[in-house]
Amino acid sequence: MDAFFKNLTRFFAFFVFSILAAILISLLYHSQLTLAKFGFGFLFVDEWDPVKEEFGALVPIYGTLVSSAIAMIIAVPVSFGIALFLTELSPNWLKRPLGTAIEMLAAIPSIIYGMWGLFVFAPLFAEHVQPLLIQVFGPLPIFGPLFKGPAMGIGMLTAGIILAVMVIPFITAVMRDVFELVPAMFKESAYGLGATTWEVVWHIVLPYTKSGVVGGIMLGLGRALGETMAVTFVIGNSHRLSASLLAPGNSIASSLANEFTEAVGELHSSALIELGLILFLITTIVLALSKLLLMRLTLNEGKQS
Amino acid sequence: MKTLWLQKFIKCSAVGFGLAVAAAAGAADITGAGATFPYPLYSKWAEAYKAKTGVGMNYQSIGSGGGIKQITAKTVDFGASDAPLTIENLEKEGLVQFPMVMGGVVPVYKLEGIKPGEIRLTGPLLADIYLGKITKWNAPAIAALNKGVKLPDQDITVVARSDGSGTTFIFTNYLSKVSAEWKEKAGNNTSVKWPAGVSGKGNEGVAAYVQRLSGSIGYVEYAYALQNKMSYALLQNKDGNFVAPDDKTFRAAAANADWGKAPGFNLMLTEQSGKDSWPLTGATFILMHKKQDKPESGSIALKFFNWAYESGDKLALDLDYVPMPDVVVKLVQAEWKKIQDGSGKAIAY
Repeated sequence: MDAFFKNLTRFFAFFVFSILAAILISLLYHSQLTLAKFGFGFLFVDEWDPVKEEFGALVPIYGTLVSSAIAMIIAVPVSFGIALFLTELSPNWLKRPLGTAIEMLAAIPSIIYGMWGLFVFAPLFAEHVQPLLIQVFGPLPIFGPLFKGPAMGIGMLTAGIILAVMVIPFITAVMRDVFELVPAMFKESAYGLGATTWEVVWHIVLPYTKSGVVGGIMLGLGRALGETMAVTFVIGNSHRLSASLLAPGNSIASSLANEFTEAVGELHSSALIELGLILFLITTIVLALSKLLLMRLTLNEGKQS
Repeated sequence: MKTLWLQKFIKCSAVGFGLAVAAAAGAADITGAGATFPYPLYSKWAEAYKAKTGVGMNYQSIGSGGGIKQITAKTVDFGASDAPLTIENLEKEGLVQFPMVMGGVVPVYKLEGIKPGEIRLTGPLLADIYLGKITKWNAPAIAALNKGVKLPDQDITVVARSDGSGTTFIFTNYLSKVSAEWKEKAGNNTSVKWPAGVSGKGNEGVAAYVQRLSGSIGYVEYAYALQNKMSYALLQNKDGNFVAPDDKTFRAAAANADWGKAPGFNLMLTEQSGKDSWPLTGATFILMHKKQDKPESGSIALKFFNWAYESGDKLALDLDYVPMPDVVVKLVQAEWKKIQDGSGKAIAY
């Protein structure tokens, strides 16, 4: 019985690994047409023309990275604040309802975020926020080009903001859980020495939980990179490279969602599958980088003590 | 030792999975896969047909590309595609193709103070707008067609479909027919490289942009424009008349089309002659194998399609689809003689 159980669990573990390998192989296999035709150039070409069968992945790669970056810039500080408030500052009676509300955000299907983004958020954003952004940041030298163009409410920035709302509950939940793991004695000792709340957080809580915090951020980033429906609704879906964050763009996942069903040409579907392969590689790289970061963090820890 | 165990497990689970699939499929149901555009109608037809005969129809709306792949792989009884296959491709895969039902594409706009149907456009003009060459509503070319309409001095925002769709195929097919420049720069496909404007996902995405952005123009399925009471434009057809989109003008386009000269029904209904023809009409197509490995299921599928032609018109009109005219149905039934069993006998329906 014991042996059986051991084998069963081992089988499950290897099963995940083999599924991963199978996905990679089938992605490679089905994208061989474009891999052979465009080679590495596929990554750096901004052309996407299904009629003339010329494909390049630059626009969707750019869109995926930029929209996720915007999401992380907004989501990480906000989640950090929420988690901190929930564990350190909030009165006890408020902890439960607030925590549940945050978790409920995570349970909303992404298409709802997309529709809310398109029908509710985008019009408001176009009327009230974007004109202001264009007015204030437009004339600036370096940031200027990022905020140019007509205020349509949709585009890269909107997609980033919607993504931020979507990943906040994930990052918050992880951060809150790890913050709660900090032994009370550590914190109390610090307070006893006269440390302020900020100092306790910065010098005690964060160092103690940094691997958990990085893990939470990476979980959020992973979700942002692969998010499909919500982004498709608000990013504008245009295969044009534009410096402005207000202009419509495209992400890898939304290109796939948009075009895969009706991609009849072999080269077209092959190009889309190669996009999938690229997304797979991007997430793998992000994951590897986060592991590397964690390893360096622990290494430094060893040196300090 | 480990690998042996693994193999056994995989075999067992494969058998189990196969059984589950077989049980779910049922004995005599028709299976089909493909285009999303006719899906609401096909499922309505399937429901009515099941109530009448007890034979169900299981249709997966996975998109035309998927439908073509599935019928080629023979995993379904029929495939469905919004764009017709060329005769060479049909011959290569041993397929028969026929049009099942029609729909139309309608240019819609949002202009303050201008009522539905008040704007008149021609094909080349529409192409120039989508090419980004005409950028103002009061441009001389538009004003010349719309005397008496107070056109605003406003920018035109062009809205297109971002997802690959039969609607886009029909629309770009039309633009390619009427404008050489469009044909060369963008071309005809289920998704194209749009020279100008923004793109929304699905009819609802296009409609959302058009209804929100003043001065915008877009294109949606006829049924969608009707149900959402969007402002549509009149289009000039090949005979020079300005027509409004409705089931009569769609049928006129199908009836006036020269199907006899289009082997395998490889024909787009855009820009057909006839004084009443709506130039942005399109049909959606069914694909079946010429040689049926299982003649019984082929026969059941044909019976269903025959019933749909004969008794499905009302259901189609209810959902704002347009049934095929009788002349075309007769041609289709003649084409069905090519669907045969192993011995070369036409399959009965």
